Amino acid sequence: MSETLTAEKPIRLKGRSILALVLSPELPFDDWLRRLDDLAARSAGYFLKRPIILDITGLDIDREQLRDLVSRLGDRDVRIMGIEGAAPSQLAVDLPPAMSGGRPASDIDPSDAEPESPQPATQSKPPAPEWKPGRTVPSIIVTEPVRSGQSLMFEGDITVVGSVGSGAEVVAGGSIHIYGTLRGRAVAGSAGDASARIFCSKLEAELVAITGLYKTSEDLEPELRGKSVQFWLKNDALMVEKLG
Amino acid sequence: MGKAIVVTSGKGGVGKTTTTAALGAALASRGEKVVVVDFDVGLRNLDLVMGAERRVVYDLINIIQGEAKLQQALIRDKRLETLYLLPASQTRDKDKLTPEGVEQVITSLKKNFDWVICDSPAGIERGPTMAMRHADIAIVVTNPEVSSVRDSDRIIGLLDAKTARAERGERVEKHLLLTRYDPARAESGDMLQVDDVLEILSIPLLGIIPESMDVLRASNLGTPVTLADKHSETAQAYFAAARRLTGESVPITIPTDRRGFFGKFFGRKAA
Repeated sequence: MSETLTAEKPIRLKGRSILALVLSPELPFDDWLRRLDDLAARSAGYFLKRPIILDITGLDIDREQLRDLVSRLGDRDVRIMGIEGAAPSQLAVDLPPAMSGGRPASDIDPSDAEPESPQPATQSKPPAPEWKPGRTVPSIIVTEPVRSGQSLMFEGDITVVGSVGSGAEVVAGGSIHIYGTLRGRAVAGSAGDASARIFCSKLEAELVAITGLYKTSEDLEPELRGKSVQFWLKNDALMVEKLG
Repeated sequence: MGKAIVVTSGKGGVGKTTTTAALGAALASRGEKVVVVDFDVGLRNLDLVMGAERRVVYDLINIIQGEAKLQQALIRDKRLETLYLLPASQTRDKDKLTPEGVEQVITSLKKNFDWVICDSPAGIERGPTMAMRHADIAIVVTNPEVSSVRDSDRIIGLLDAKTARAERGERVEKHLLLTRYDPARAESGDMLQVDDVLEILSIPLLGIIPESMDVLRASNLGTPVTLADKHSETAQAYFAAARRLTGESVPITIPTDRRGFFGKFFGRKAA
């Protein structure tokens, strides 16, 4: 038989920082949930499958109402990982845990995201990017290829010097720059920043999305394949144009 | 201290076991001390390709469980005296591969051999991660087709994240071995080109092994392809790869279709 190990292996606790989406429900919930369904329908619920925090700061609801809301969100596949701004009287062991100390990223306001007539991706000139004084976006530069099965997430801008493989994904709160071939997925503006863009020097993407509005490889015009392109949002439509 | 190599791919059937046996024999025939280790617990094959299936007594799991000594489990090759095999267990559960046990085995093998070549099972679960865990060098075996290339990309990601070296902040040296390369199909565009594969995987190329009946013939005989017919194109390609592994610079040639006009014509018709 095998020897028993002399010392038990110590349990290590590690830190993790992930970008979570925050939903701030409004009363009445029926109306708010209807608007959420509407948003989910347009983005195919893509970002709702991400970790989500429920912010109930200032909401005058009791524990039962909160429990009901969490279960109605659960019916929509929205899993709540924690609740922010809750009084101890509103929480219970069967509800997600209380969270605090989150650092805000940019806002998503469902009322801003009302659908206008969605426009197909065309090759019109993109508008000049809005320059907001004092807006600092954290960014990272990755100098290795992002391999299949890897998921690169960051709250700010991501620059990849190398390719993003088929089956890999890059998820940024801000913009994504890929100096290489984009074969996998690129998801920019994941926390709702509609000014986020995606740039790549060679487009072979499986999926590109900005603030949850996405296009799969099938929806992309074939003549864009293998080209250097950028994606941006204009009136809730995902636009694309060739670069250079 | 020798070097531990993992022969891995993600996808099955691309030629990992063939490569392990062929490179092992090629290095051993240069006088280097080599052990080939089968990590495919439950589906062992390397013993067959090495022609040692009737001499297996103890295996890797026996050693990890402390039921046998390393020297008892190692099988010496009958053709090359510096070539050894450590077989996998066919009956045990792969969960018996513990990280500590694997580390002990690999460490003591590295003390006794110049090259420890680990034949990884397919997939990305416990078996493959254990096989790559203590590797210094990885040979990523890839066929020139999209699913194999994507699986290799996944494996390269794991090599950069899940190995002991990666956890120490070091790198596993990675090499691409393109196998089952069919010049005729490459010419007709039915297969990914060498450049495309290299562009996608962006790791250095160790060699290109042509698709050949020699491989099947050698496996059936229980002979590594580099020992079956030293002058075959496949054997030559593996010998060149082995020389590159030892640090020699040997130019890589892309196999070409050497059949004449009629050969090509009939070859197509038959296919």
